Amino acid sequence: MKADGTPSVGMRAFSGRDATELTVDQLARDEISPDDVRIHPDTLEHQAQVAEAHHNPQLAANLRRAGELALLDEAEVLALYESLRPGRSTAQDLADVAARLDGVPAPLCAVLVREAAEVHARRGLLR
Amino acid sequence: MTAEETTSPRDARVGRIRFMDGQRVNLDGFAHEDASLGLIALHSPADPVPSLVVLDGAVTEMDGRAAADFDSLDAMVATHGLDLTVADEVMALPDVALARMFVDPSVSRAEIVRLVAGATPAKLAQVVAMLRPVELGIAMTKMRARRTPSNQAHVTNRLDDPLLLAADAATAAAYGFRELETTVPVLADAPSNAVAVTIGSVVGAAGVLVQCSVEEAMELEMGMRGLVSYAETVSLYGTESVFVDGDDTPYSKAILAAAYASRGVKMRVSSGAGAEVLMGGAEGCSMLYLESRCVSLARAMGVQGVQNGGIDGASVAGSVPRGVREMMAENLMVMARNLEACTGNDALMSESDVRRTSRTLPILLAGSDYVCSGFGSIQRYDNMFGPSQWNAEDIDDWLAMQRDWGVDGGLRTAPPAEVGRLRRRAAEACRDVYRWLGLADFTDEQVELAVDAVGSKDLGDPDPLVVLSAAQVVRSTGLGSVEVARALLECGYDVEAERLLDMLAARVHGDHLQTAAIFDEQMQVLSLVTDPNDYAGPGTGYEPSPARQAEIDGIRQARGVEDLRADQAAWGSSDLRVLGPAVAGSDPREVVIGLSPGVGRAVWRTLSGLLVVDVLHELLAGLEEEGCLARVVRINSTIDLGMIGLTAARMAGSGIGIGLQGKGTALIHRRDLPPLANLELYSMAPVITSDLYRLLGANAARHAKGATPVPARNPYTDEAIEARYHTSVIALVALERDCVDQAIGPEDIAVTL
Repeated sequence: MKADGTPSVGMRAFSGRDATELTVDQLARDEISPDDVRIHPDTLEHQAQVAEAHHNPQLAANLRRAGELALLDEAEVLALYESLRPGRSTAQDLADVAARLDGVPAPLCAVLVREAAEVHARRGLLR
Repeated sequence: MTAEETTSPRDARVGRIRFMDGQRVNLDGFAHEDASLGLIALHSPADPVPSLVVLDGAVTEMDGRAAADFDSLDAMVATHGLDLTVADEVMALPDVALARMFVDPSVSRAEIVRLVAGATPAKLAQVVAMLRPVELGIAMTKMRARRTPSNQAHVTNRLDDPLLLAADAATAAAYGFRELETTVPVLADAPSNAVAVTIGSVVGAAGVLVQCSVEEAMELEMGMRGLVSYAETVSLYGTESVFVDGDDTPYSKAILAAAYASRGVKMRVSSGAGAEVLMGGAEGCSMLYLESRCVSLARAMGVQGVQNGGIDGASVAGSVPRGVREMMAENLMVMARNLEACTGNDALMSESDVRRTSRTLPILLAGSDYVCSGFGSIQRYDNMFGPSQWNAEDIDDWLAMQRDWGVDGGLRTAPPAEVGRLRRRAAEACRDVYRWLGLADFTDEQVELAVDAVGSKDLGDPDPLVVLSAAQVVRSTGLGSVEVARALLECGYDVEAERLLDMLAARVHGDHLQTAAIFDEQMQVLSLVTDPNDYAGPGTGYEPSPARQAEIDGIRQARGVEDLRADQAAWGSSDLRVLGPAVAGSDPREVVIGLSPGVGRAVWRTLSGLLVVDVLHELLAGLEEEGCLARVVRINSTIDLGMIGLTAARMAGSGIGIGLQGKGTALIHRRDLPPLANLELYSMAPVITSDLYRLLGANAARHAKGATPVPARNPYTDEAIEARYHTSVIALVALERDCVDQAIGPEDIAVTL
């Protein structure tokens, strides 16, 4: 159900499966995989538009970065976070991280990493 | 140092001061303001003058600092956090003009949100610092994001005992908490705690969000696996040095925010006054200004909400002048930045019940997205975040305060039998799921202990390795909530499995990623988007629905006349029998005891707990000791004790009567006195003892004989005796009044001895 009470048809999980298929019957048959309960990047883009319409462009930007990270696996996301913590990366490390993100494609995250690289360099937060 | 420790060997204090020093409030630490340490609430000389210079669409100066000197917080805020299209407008507004808009009902929330989006950290801090406490309350009522208030609980225990966690999570959900936050004394136990609290939450209610607060990377890992449904302990600090000491930068935190959202996990950041002071890195700035930097940063990073105001540094803020006010102002800044406010009231900031109530009450009255960011729903000793501002022993107080003020503090009464049923179901479900998943085997006895336990001290001494091993299995096998849902189903917990599946499906929809989102029990999302706050003065904004109002009003302790009628009837007996119409006596030794109309019909037990018949035995014994004859007469025409006593006196051969109401109040009367006069009054019915009733009987006899009565001292108590008994008095009066019958004259009553 959606917030306005209407059933959400056509909401796809990361696996491509429709969310309406998440039923107890499916659960009983062991036919629900982790990716069936994982959010789809398109849904995050939709939520970004909702946030924008409710006067929070920063939340929208975050949800768009999230849409990009939704494509990465768990270990890659954890590694990205780790690379931005203080003293973890050299300028070159972060440049490499940004380049890899461009390839995902995750250009918005790449922009943030490049910005972090510049600020971290100026503030002595690189390795 | 406490007041006690500062006394010299020769104590020069007078008794009044020694007495005051001994009060609990003096266990609290109070600090002189010291701006150099950041021990200052609202304004410090080091706080910058608000400023903003924009050149070609880029911020070149903010709050007195040039772009080249921006630290990483400034950089993030200046690059992402400000709406430059309104910046000139809001920065040119006098502080007082903007402050007044916060409390002016004709200025909408949306207009303030629009303007504040362009305000620098220093500007917003200066504006909210102008608001007086009641103005902060009005502003909070208007500015919070979600229309419907809510509340969050801590569910933890010293042992990380899964069965107790599950039972306590179900209990918290039954009491209405919509978010449950757990944590661990032993880090490696975290995955087990997340599973146990999740199981308990779905037993207690549908749509309850669950969090396990641990180190950032591990918390993220659990979020990505679906073991928790929200994250909160993503800490921000107001200075770069402290931020880096916390092993993060604004940019790593921004990526963390996106990482949670990338898996459909709700997330808010955590900040609040005092942290920078405690870590020696406040840079001489006020708590409010540093927190304004955190809140601005939260908005810039794109997180949907902030937990602040009275978190770990609450007692630091509470130690300085205006510190409690500062904490409320912090919360308001979050709301004004159009974010979800989880309004502290979390860490215990005082040993004094008065001070901690004073600190929280304005926020309870104003209403907040979450009134507490961690109401300790468990025992203080079991709270692994440290004791909360509010704990299990305060739940009934909270419910009473909601009812007193007619406000929604997020909680509801859980019927006692339902609490028992849910605790059992949660503990059993947890045992069955742990067994099915091969995590652990718990015995029936362990289930029984968890169901009945007040806290983990009631569990005996379980093997700590069992939990650790369960947690290791969860982590190493990558087990997630889909497996937990399936296990619930396989073990026969269909409703709970479906509730957990609904929480997983919600991640696919992502509607709860919007600002201030909670689920109601029908799994509808309530958020800034679906349930926006529309307060615009009296007669607008949130009002509890009739059903919710009934929950708020219907505390389990409330009693009515019918409850009392049943209580009294349970004490009914055949010890008082009507003999027939009573006439005036003539023996000069005769004293008449007049009873109120309800005695022996609807009223059997006095407020002190003594039965009326036992009271009569004492009175009769007292009269007999002094050689008087006694007669018991029920006066059916009035409930007025003076008239009952006077009527009895007029029927007595001696002219002396005793009046006794069913509730136990008694007096001695004489036939020639006016009705409202009397010889002796025993008014404190709840504390009149058997001995005192006997003395009353003896004194009535002495009055009858013309001898000197022994003065009776009414017992004194400093307890809130009226608060305890007035509702019973009102109901007893109603029972007595129902029995009044002007047509029946006084009746002689036989008392079984």
